[in-house]
Amino acid sequence: MRNFSYSRPGTFDEACRVTEHTRFLAGGTNLIDLMKSDVERPAHVTDLKSLSMNQIEELPDGGLRLGALATNADTAAHPLVIRHLPLLASAILAGASPQIRNVATNGGNLNQRTRCHYFYDPDMVCNKRSPGTGCSARGGRNRIMAVLGTSEACIATFPSDMCVALAALNAMVNLHGPEGERSVALRDYHRLPGETPWIDNVLQQGEIVTSIDLPSVSFGEHYTYLKIRDRLSFAFSIVSVAVGLEMESGLIRRGCLALGGVGTKPWCVPEAEALMKDKPPSHSLFRDVAERILEGAVVDRDNAAKLKLAPRVIERALWQAAEGTPQSQTCKTIR
Amino acid sequence: MNHASPTAPCRLRINGQHYAADLPPSVTLLDLLRERLDLTGTKKGCDHGQCGACTVLIDGKRVKSCLVLAVSIPDAAVITIEGINQDGQLHPMQQAFIDADAFQCGYCTPGQIMSAIALLEEDHAHSREEIREFMSGNLCRCGAYNGIVEAIEHVIAQQDQDSKGEAA
Ligand SMILES: Cc1cc2nc3c(=O)[nH]c(=O)nc-3n(C[C@H](O)[C@H](O)[C@H](O)COP(=O)(O)OP(=O)(O)OC[C@H]3O[C@@H](n4cnc5c(N)ncnc54)[C@H](O)[C@@H]3O)c2cc1C
Ligand code: SF4
Ligand code: FES
Ligand code: FES
Repeated sequence: MRNFSYSRPGTFDEACRVTEHTRFLAGGTNLIDLMKSDVERPAHVTDLKSLSMNQIEELPDGGLRLGALATNADTAAHPLVIRHLPLLASAILAGASPQIRNVATNGGNLNQRTRCHYFYDPDMVCNKRSPGTGCSARGGRNRIMAVLGTSEACIATFPSDMCVALAALNAMVNLHGPEGERSVALRDYHRLPGETPWIDNVLQQGEIVTSIDLPSVSFGEHYTYLKIRDRLSFAFSIVSVAVGLEMESGLIRRGCLALGGVGTKPWCVPEAEALMKDKPPSHSLFRDVAERILEGAVVDRDNAAKLKLAPRVIERALWQAAEGTPQSQTCKTIR
Repeated sequence: MNHASPTAPCRLRINGQHYAADLPPSVTLLDLLRERLDLTGTKKGCDHGQCGACTVLIDGKRVKSCLVLAVSIPDAAVITIEGINQDGQLHPMQQAFIDADAFQCGYCTPGQIMSAIALLEEDHAHSREEIREFMSGNLCRCGAYNGIVEAIEHVIAQQDQDSKGEAA
């Protein structure tokens, strides 16, 4: 790893005074990895860990606020999260490994980079790593790449599990920057690659994610996080689905759904969610929902299987949620 | 690295011993342990968070030391495989790994043992499935997984017996 200068400021105003050669450090599980691969080469690293933003607390309206520095492990194990947002806990536990979740933070999870193999290999051209050089994944080995939201310039997925649940739950991301504070809907936080795939999200230079707000929901047991991957544990998703359903007298009053592993960002289609309003669960309804979500998908050399797999995973996840039998992240049998 | 390569203060307690030095910020905890302190029990497998061979405890929690900057955890208590013996006796988890034949080459073993010790503290070992899932961050190229699970189950059974003994 190239060396760099290091600071650990105690105030937000100090922390957000940065140059383009600065990277923020939280848990470091993504940044240090990328620095070892010479993908990230910051001249300076600003460690955020002295800033006070590791609380998990209830909001006056019954929602929850997750501090950006709270670890993924502490978040998934927090009694308020387990009670109010088991979908979020489940998605977190489906990702990475216990040792990584003990260090990885919520803010870092939001801002992690793609796992595209070519992005990680400085010997290959990659528009996300080196703007304008080209995309090795297009026409290359792209079994794991995205089929939704792709562009000529980039077809990489955004790899987070947690963010798929946050998208389904309509989270808000709270930011502190040199210009002050603002909030952005999680669904608008990550960007499509378009012609500028090196810009992953709406974060401006110097802006820090301080917390994530989650509105209160009443899914009860009608939720699931179903993740399909190449091995049963400790692997990034090929297709994953987060679902929460508000059910009443056998009808779906509100359906919330987001897809991971197939899009260049956590994939949500409000029109597909709206199809479920006031309908009873049925095979034809869930098939329509899956079809609507996957509309416009584009496959490349090796990833056509995702288009076969995704509708099945979506429909199965919807049934798990409808029947109130969420996927266990320990017993991997899919019911 | 040029001559003016920056450093930052590093202050730790490693297996109960105080450590303080100015280090290049790029030094990982794993490299500090192995290259500068000769604590080579902690292994480097992948150096990218993927194998678990470098697992140590930081303030009681298991982490992958290859992805932690040594300067970024001021005053933390680090425990490595060298620090778990109890008055010169093997830690019960170490003994259980020997008894259950839970390794072949032994390269992943220090990481497996540190992870297993933390697993029991986390209370995530209520079934064989749960043990396997919560040990999934530790890979074993020799495929000693069955022995590893058996060793962990053995220590749990021992603990259960001990606590019953105390209750009686
Ligand atoms: C082997 C391995 C397997 C993994 N498997 C999975 C998986 O299956 N599913 C999954 O979802 N994830 C997985 N991960 C990714 C892991 O979840 C992320 O690395 C982690 O969440 C990043 O958090 P961090 O705090 O360590 O971030 P860091 O590495 O510290 O930071 C990551 C990025 O976010 C920026 N950043 C961090 N905090 C803030 C903030 N508060 N404000 C602004 N910018 C910030 C940093 O500047 C950096 O660019 C895996 C990681 C590894 C190493
Ligand atoms: S898909 Fe994106 S990240 Fe991967 S090589 Fe192409 S430009 Fe780079
Ligand atoms: S050496 Fe750290 S996880 Fe492999
Ligand atoms: S015993 Fe050889 S890698 Fe596990």
